[in-house]
This record gives sequence, C-alpha cells and structure tokens, in this order.
Amino acid sequence: MFSFITPFALKRSGILGMNSRNIEFISRYNNRKLFPLVDNKLQTKLLANEYGINTPELLFVMQYQHDVYELKEKLKDISCFAIKPACGSGGKGILVIKGREGEGFVKSSGMIIEVEEVIRHVTNILAGLYSLSGDQDVALVETLIEADTVFDDYSYQGVPDIRIIVFQGYPVMAMLRLSTKDSDGKANLHQGAVGVGLDIKTGKPINAVMNGKKVLIHPDTKHSFDTIKIENWRELLLLASSCYDMTNLGYLGADIVLDKNRGAMLLELNARPGLSIQVANSKGLLPRLREIEKVASKRTNVQKRVDFVLEKEGF
Amino acid sequence: MISKRFLQLFVLVLTLLGVFIAIMRHEQTQIPFLSNNKKDVWMVEARVDFKAQKNRPITVSLSLPEDTLGYKLYFEQSVSAGYGFSMVQKDGIKRGEWSIRQAQGKQTLYYKAQIVQDFSNDLPLKKVESELHIKDEILWSASEQIAANEIIDLAYAKSSNNITFTRELIKILTDMQTRKDGSLLLLKREYINVLSKLLSDAGVLHRISLALELEDARRNQSLTSVIEVLDKDEWVLFDPNNALQEEDKNFFLWTRGGKSLIEIQGGSNATVNFSMVKQSMPALELAQAHFDESGFGIFSIHRLPIEEQSLFKILLLLPIGALITVFMRLIIGIKTSGTFMPVLIAMAFLQTSLFLGLLNFVVLVAIGLILRSYLSNLNLLLVSRIATIIVIVIFLVAFMTLVGYELGFNTGMSVAFFPIIILAWTIERMSILWEEEGAKEVLTQGSGSLLVAVLAYMAMVNGYVAHLCFNFPELHLIVIALMILMGRYTGYRLLELRRFREFKNS
Repeated sequence: MFSFITPFALKRSGILGMNSRNIEFISRYNNRKLFPLVDNKLQTKLLANEYGINTPELLFVMQYQHDVYELKEKLKDISCFAIKPACGSGGKGILVIKGREGEGFVKSSGMIIEVEEVIRHVTNILAGLYSLSGDQDVALVETLIEADTVFDDYSYQGVPDIRIIVFQGYPVMAMLRLSTKDSDGKANLHQGAVGVGLDIKTGKPINAVMNGKKVLIHPDTKHSFDTIKIENWRELLLLASSCYDMTNLGYLGADIVLDKNRGAMLLELNARPGLSIQVANSKGLLPRLREIEKVASKRTNVQKRVDFVLEKEGF
Repeated sequence: MISKRFLQLFVLVLTLLGVFIAIMRHEQTQIPFLSNNKKDVWMVEARVDFKAQKNRPITVSLSLPEDTLGYKLYFEQSVSAGYGFSMVQKDGIKRGEWSIRQAQGKQTLYYKAQIVQDFSNDLPLKKVESELHIKDEILWSASEQIAANEIIDLAYAKSSNNITFTRELIKILTDMQTRKDGSLLLLKREYINVLSKLLSDAGVLHRISLALELEDARRNQSLTSVIEVLDKDEWVLFDPNNALQEEDKNFFLWTRGGKSLIEIQGGSNATVNFSMVKQSMPALELAQAHFDESGFGIFSIHRLPIEEQSLFKILLLLPIGALITVFMRLIIGIKTSGTFMPVLIAMAFLQTSLFLGLLNFVVLVAIGLILRSYLSNLNLLLVSRIATIIVIVIFLVAFMTLVGYELGFNTGMSVAFFPIIILAWTIERMSILWEEEGAKEVLTQGSGSLLVAVLAYMAMVNGYVAHLCFNFPELHLIVIALMILMGRYTGYRLLELRRFREFKNS
C-alpha cells in the first residue's frame, strides 16, 4: 500500500518529474504564444495542411450559430462523420456518427439519434460547453477515421492512437494508447485506457500499463500485447518529428492514428504531454532529453533527426 | 530566463531584508517576537457617523466605558479632526463630548480604547448608584398578569436568591422563545423588556445595560442589551439569551443602566459602530506601538483605525495560506480543485470554526452537486449555469441557516462566511470533473482541497503565526522568498515517489 521509491533511485532511472517538466522543458522550449496552435484543433489542422501533413479530412466548419440551420442540408450526402469542438480536450464533446438509418443518425455506440440532437450538439459546442476556458468555440466536421485492422484485437470501441513525444524535433519516446471498457472508449491513460510503451527504434511493444499497474493482456479483448506489430515505423516518426517544424514547439506530444485507407494521420498535438509514458516504457525520459539537448541544432532536417534517433545507442 | 544564481541572490536579499526590518522594528517599538504573554489586550474602536446640520454648532455626547469585572481600561484616545474633545461625568456616567462650531456633510468621529482582559485581578470597582429607578414600559393586561405571576412563581420555587432566580427566569423565557408557545407574553414585545418587567414584578433590583461582545477581528458591530442584577451590593451581569453565565462570553459593559449611548445636537442620523481586534502582548508595548510617532511607528499597521486593522489582521494571514498551498502542490503533489480555492475555504474556516466549517462545506457541495446534476440535463450554457448555481448556493445557505437556527445551533450564521461565488465555481468544477473523470477524481481533488484548507487553517489560526504576520508584516518578504524558491524547484514531488514506484526494481 505505502510503497515508495527513493528520490535517488528515481533520479538514477532518469524519470522526468512534473516540476522539472514544467520548468525545464515546457516553459523553456514552448513559447506561450505558440500554444494556440495546438490548443485549437482547427489551427493545427490548417497548419498541418500547409505543411503537407496528413490529417483527417475536414468537411466543413461551423462557426456561427446561424450555420446550424444549414447543417441538415450539408450532412445530406455524408453518412459517416465526426463532430469535434476546436478547443476541447481529452476527447470531450466529440460526436461520432458511423452511419444512417432512414432519417436518423447512428452513433458509435449503436444508438440512433435525430437530426435535432446533432444540431443541439453543435449549438453546445459553439457556446463553449466543451471548451476548456468556457469561451465560444467552433465545431469541426471531419470524415470518420477507420481504424487500421492491426489494432482490432486490442481496442474496445474507440480508435487507438500513438503518442510520440517530440523534443526539439527528435522523437524521444512512444506509446500506443488503447481504449477500454473502463475508459469508456477514450484513449486517455488517466481515464483508464491502456498504455503500451513502444520501442522508439522499432515500434515493438515493451510493456503495458493500466491505471498505473502493469498488465499483460487487454482487459476486454484478452489479447496479449506482445504480438502488436506496427508497419512503417519510420514514417510515423517522420510524421511526428515534422510537427516540430510546423509549430516550433520544442516539447510536444503528437497523437497519431492509423487509418485503414489513408495511413498515418496526425490527430492532435499536445503542448503539455503527460508523464505516464515513462511507466509504459519502463524508462525515464530525462537521459534522452539531455542527450538531445547536447546535439540539437536548427540546421538538421526531419530525415536526419529521425535517423539520429534510430541509430543512437541507448535509446 | 533569469539565471539560477541571480534568483538565489534575490531570494537571499529578500530574506535578509525581511529579517533586518523585523529586528529593527523590534528594537524600536519593543514589540516582542513571541506572544507568550497570557493577557489579552483588546483594541476597541467606536465610530460615530452622523450628518451635520448647516450653520449650527455641534455637540456629540457618547457614553464611554469604565473599568468592570475582568476588564481594565488601559488607554483611551479620540481621533477627530477639528473637534474639541473632553471626557465628563454626567449623572454618574462617563461620557465623551465632541464639539465644533461648524461642520458640513458627513462627519466621522473615533474613540479608541485599549482594554486589558484580566480576570485574575482583585475585585473590580462595583459602584452602586444611589438612585436606581427602573422604568418598565410594559403594562400587563389581566390575563398576562396571571401568566407572568405563574412564571415568577415557577422561577421562585426553583431558586434560592436573586442570582439563581434570574437564571431560572432566563431559562424559562428562552425555552418559551424556542418553543414559541410563550407568545402570550413575548408577542410584539422586546424580549429584554419582558425580562426586565418580570424582574421588577418579582422585586429584584436590576437594570438594562449595553455591552459589547468581544470577538477578535470584528467590524461593524453594535452593542447588545444585557441584564444586570444587584446582589449584595454587587452588580452581576446576565446574558438575557443564555441562562448560563459563561465566563468566555466576552461581554464588555459599555453603557450602564439604560442611559442613552449617543446624544447629538446639531446633527442627525447618528450611528455608532464598533470594531475590535485582539492582541496577545504586554499592554505597555502595545500602547507604544499604537501611539509611537517615530519612524517605525508611522509605518505601522497599528496606526490605522481599528476597523482597518481588524481587516488587515485577516488579510495578512492570507500569504501563509497561499504559501502552504504552494508547498502542498509543488513539493507534496496534492491535487486540489482550483489553485487557491483551499486558501479561501481556510479563510472561511477562520470565521466559523474548523468542525462546523468542514461540515457546512461538505454538505453544501454535496447538495450542490446533486442539484447540479439535474441542471446538466437542461443543457445550459456555462455562464447561465454558473449563475443558476450561485442562486442555488444562496438558497442552500439560507436553508442551512434556518435549519441551524431551528436546531439551536449557530451554524447557519457561519455558513454565510463562505465565499458564495467560490462555492458555486467549486460545485461547477467538481461536477464537470465527475462527468469527465469519474467520482474517484472528484474525491481525490475534493479531499486534497480540504486537506490543504485544513492545514492552511491550522497555520493561520496559530497564535504565533498570527502575531508575527500582524506585527511584523515585513516577514512576508521571507514568505515571497520561499514561494520563489519553490517555484523553481525541479525535483520530484513526494507523491511522484509513489506514482513511479514501479521503477524500484529497474
């Protein structure tokens, strides 16, 4: 019950703590004025398009309350889509429609809702119901992501995503996040999702945690995590690393999803990525971050940065 | 980013500056660092406000207190620009008289007194005025007379002398008041007058006096009516609402025997408000601090009117609460809901008491959360939702006040000290947390907040801490230094040692 580790042992393991993350990395490498680029999904998406980074396709944006009257007309020919608040966090306020049944819309849970309900959801988003600050927001309507079949055995509802920590453009640590029954289809670790640490060089699973404890099999699908295999790992790293050039944020977490048809896509960026990724990897972030601090320079490009990490010993 | 070395220097300078000024102040004003003196010294201030009538000379006469049982007047002073002031004896009563030839608009006069509370002293002066005439305003009707006689007989049977008789009488009357069936006598009458009339009927010599209920750091107080009963050449004071003569109920007699508190000529709408603040330090030093004209004396909180002083007494404790919050969040790693919400809760606890405050807070937030869950079905927008919660919280506070009153607790009163808006936000935040992260997170953050609040309260309520904060405000420079130090602490938080315990074996 009251088991603790000594601070010296923790330091030897190279664990990055919350205070150190905030002072030495976030406030040093992430310029505050750049935060809106990642806190607003619309801005992230527009920027990503500019840089040729693959994201779920934006169908249209609802910006003002009077836009909602055209919603029914606009959705006429679209059967699968997701509605998201631009400034939501932690998967709040996302409405996923996976099909139509007559006039009704089929939610991911299988429930059928009327168009009025969809309109009300958009109204709530616009009014800032899901926005972090409670300010007015805009609603994005995107094509639905169709999760790659490789994760079919490891996820309960929800789409799994891969979180990669990128420090000064170098990918330093990765983790696969799988939703569970506990996490209610959401892929956030503190809500009960499973985090599977991935080897940054190969993308092979290292270790899995759920609610801070090690697990060997998915609690709902009962499949062992050992067999997870992710194709084109280098492509994923390239995608994550290029987010640095795009945002100039020195310390960020890139959330990437694998789509059945369109391949790796950037879902969202996070300027304050959490620390649990270290537990999933059974490794501390600090030694890697210090190593990168030594070599980082503005003049390298994405390819070189990713290759550096792939060839670096001890990562 | 400012270098670590510079920061350390800055922190060092702040600390040394704080210590230096504190020592200088100690040398100059002789205020002790430790408040180990058991005697409580009260600074009491009466503030008279009135409107001057045009082109008329003004005389204001305020009745002033004298030495009584357990209280000794140590120092008196009047602050009022342009007015002449003198203390006179009128009809055996001490009065302060302010006078001025001409004045315009609103006028404010202050009377400050320093009172030493000391029950160990030998018996105080107990002047018994030769003339003692009680004029009761009440005339019983025939049926009321019967009821009154019944009550008197009842109290008489249960008592042995004037003191015990009065006590029994108060017991019966307060009982009737709570049961509301004594309506016959108490209906439409002032309670104190009924008590006085009953005492007169029974032939007990007594008088109605006005007393100040001493409570630390209170502002805008008024006087309370108390009953004094003559027993063997001594006046014994009774709280008319409480039969037990509580020693700790700090009644300080202000005006004896129904004499008017204030008389005014040439002015109108006179009001008298009282403020007070308690200090635990030798009276002599305190007096020096208050009336010192030298460098430190002028730049001292003691120079302010008591009304402002009692405000600062609480305000100057706030940094301690903030410091504890910073420590608990950054070094220990406790999660709280809202960064400084715990400090505000702790401030509310200062006004209530720890146990009642905790109880009230938990009950309010719990009921608020339940009602809030109904609100979420209405799909309201944030602003109107919070506004609705504010109204609900006010209703809840009113409700708890009523329940507390009916049950005979004074809890209700204290609920009003909770910052309503903060409570509403807390409820809103907690309910969003509940929806998004589940009940477990609500419990973690809620109990985290309460834990920090209780610790902050315990620090703020500590006598030494309060003494140092109030008398040596420069020590807050050290508080700032500590906050800066913790703000740049990059080591692990205590709870992270648990969070990452899996790494023990690697």
